[in-house]
Amino acid sequence: MPAITPHTTQTINLLKKLLSEPGLSAYEDPVRQMIEAAWQPLTDEISISRLGSLHGLRRAARPPSEGKPPSLLLAAHMDAIGLMVTGVVDGFLTLTEVGGLDQRILPGQRVIVHPADPRSSRQDLPGIIVRPPEYLLPGQARGKSTPIEYLLVDTGLTPSQVEEQIQVGDLVSFAQPPIEFGEDYLAGHTLDNRVSVAALTFCLEELQNRSLAWDVWAVATTQEEETMAGAFTSAFQLRPSLAVAIDVTFGDGAGSSGHKTFPIGKGITLGWGPNIHPALHKTFAGLADRLEIPWKLEPVPRMSGTDAYGLQVAAEGIPTMVIGIPLRYMHTPVEMASIKDILRTGRLLAEFAASLDQNTMDRIVWDA
Amino acid sequence: MLDTTIGHNPGLTEDQLLLLERLCNACAVSGNESEVREIVLEQVRPHASQLKVDALGNVLAVREGTGSQPENSAALSPSSPVSAASTGRRLRVMVAAHMDEVGFMLTYDDEGGLFRFEMVGGVDVEHLPGKPVQVGRDHIPALIGMKPVHHTKAEERQQKVDPDNLRIDVSPGNGRKVKVGDWAAFTSPFMRLGPSFCAKALDNRLGVASLVELFKSPPPNIDLLAAFTVQEEVGLRGATVAAHALSPDLALVLDCTSARDLPVLDRSGMAENTQYNTRLGLGPAVYVADRSTLSDPRLVRHILEIAKKESLPCQVRQPGGGGTDAGAIHKQLAGVPSVSISVPARYLHTPSSLCRSEDWKNTLALVYAVLAHLTPDILAVER
Repeated sequence: MPAITPHTTQTINLLKKLLSEPGLSAYEDPVRQMIEAAWQPLTDEISISRLGSLHGLRRAARPPSEGKPPSLLLAAHMDAIGLMVTGVVDGFLTLTEVGGLDQRILPGQRVIVHPADPRSSRQDLPGIIVRPPEYLLPGQARGKSTPIEYLLVDTGLTPSQVEEQIQVGDLVSFAQPPIEFGEDYLAGHTLDNRVSVAALTFCLEELQNRSLAWDVWAVATTQEEETMAGAFTSAFQLRPSLAVAIDVTFGDGAGSSGHKTFPIGKGITLGWGPNIHPALHKTFAGLADRLEIPWKLEPVPRMSGTDAYGLQVAAEGIPTMVIGIPLRYMHTPVEMASIKDILRTGRLLAEFAASLDQNTMDRIVWDA
Repeated sequence: MLDTTIGHNPGLTEDQLLLLERLCNACAVSGNESEVREIVLEQVRPHASQLKVDALGNVLAVREGTGSQPENSAALSPSSPVSAASTGRRLRVMVAAHMDEVGFMLTYDDEGGLFRFEMVGGVDVEHLPGKPVQVGRDHIPALIGMKPVHHTKAEERQQKVDPDNLRIDVSPGNGRKVKVGDWAAFTSPFMRLGPSFCAKALDNRLGVASLVELFKSPPPNIDLLAAFTVQEEVGLRGATVAAHALSPDLALVLDCTSARDLPVLDRSGMAENTQYNTRLGLGPAVYVADRSTLSDPRLVRHILEIAKKESLPCQVRQPGGGGTDAGAIHKQLAGVPSVSISVPARYLHTPSSLCRSEDWKNTLALVYAVLAHLTPDILAVER
């Protein structure tokens, strides 16, 4: 565990800002601008991909005569789950989901409704998701949890004000502000996956004033929650030698303690399974042990449900790794994670990037 | 944030809205009303001739009228042998508003910052998963989480939430800062939304704020007996003893009632929402009957007449379920003629209820006018 330094404080402050920012899948503009501002001083070059992923490059230190250095891609998706307006009924908005949501968490949530077009002059509007009384619902929707198609947003405006100020296709983001629990834990919406963006930023800070043998691409990917389009396309464009997806994983919490979860604040997870190159896993495991970063092996028997799924099969294929930050209550607006785990992740990534040399790829092989 | 509230409502002052905001953001789950009680005491103390906190925690505040005693000595009310008319004194009018809100109590420490809890009052369980709450006097931040959607099956997601599977989570680091027996409340800060506002506990901080405002400048013709009651949400406990102690000639209860004025989403059958209870924007809601009280028809008539005379909007709440402190008050002593007036609000007993500011403004105006025009004659006729 790194001590509290200006870097860690900066990371935590950035994270709290990230957690207050919208950025639904494919509409990441607000959060991308914030990440870009944070990465600008930490990278040598910044660009935005065709689909909207943010690419930040830390260049290798070796002279150009030696040719193009190998590169490492570190991917953390920046997009958020949320909802979208499908219609207006008597001054109330009807909804559909963006990303995977459990309808049971929605009634009573505070949200912000905003135009999908960032250049629109229409204002953001606060509102609440409401569940109509059962007698107003069709028979098949009664006696159960209310399906999203029957949930509404009440903006507090009159029906005529709503008609003027809302458009079908408007975005609906969770408005839950970050909740701090002392210095160790934080909760809010979209910790999935802004905690990993924060970890990646911490990694870049740790790499300041360190000489690198490889190019390091920090990538904040777009659309992970829907199609993983950002991971597929950024990996294709950048053609890294190695790729690491940093994402949240299931934390122990109410209703989900047991064999599928990991305690929060007790260390990170290193993925293992078909989505992960075994040699890369072993390299990370050995490094984490040397750094005394607590970790657990996370079995990922099928697809990882992370950007790694896209990264691994980009172009002619890329050896890929998944690092997990345990998170309670994933895909709710009260996701909870440990700041220690975030910093551990950032430090492990930085030490890994700094450890890469001309011979690394010789060790990332099958059946060694 | 859009803020056009003041522009729309010249009748509400910024001070009134700030008082309501303060009251809504305070936590006062039934049995633990201290925070609201402190605000109430601070607000009414300068104006009260008698002030006490009783055995249950009710705030009872008296402010005598300054107006002349009524001249009229018409026939005595058969149910009120010591009516105001008979003694020539001012009417003693109890106005009650409950201070408590629905919430939770921690009941078992599951370790790791997770606590089992029970509901206090009729919390709407479907509104619990994924919500922030606050625990105890220090407002320790907490939340009610939910199993990740990834670990659920479609069939499970379609079922209503079983509250026994939910926990209040104060984080692994704060497990020792709270304890079994602590109360918890929703964390939903007061927010203005154009012509509306939303907050937790509008039921019944609207009533409390209305009664505070009334107590600061009451009509001179009555003796105002203000009862800021406790434990309404768990059985009208405070009102029961408050009515006994105050022994009023009549009672008016200020509360907050459901507006279910949402659209019909079942397009196959029902054409109209006929069970709306009340509707936002149509003014204060007058009770004729609910599950606990058949309002005194003389008082209902008086209210409707005054509303008409003063051109104040006012709606009759659809008779039906629900209840207010009047349910306890009207049965005290030899009987207390009682009626309730509520501000209509949507989504009561959830983290964020919502009402129109003009409805509150009109409630303040109507309550004042109703009391200012009260005379013993109204109760002198047979019920």
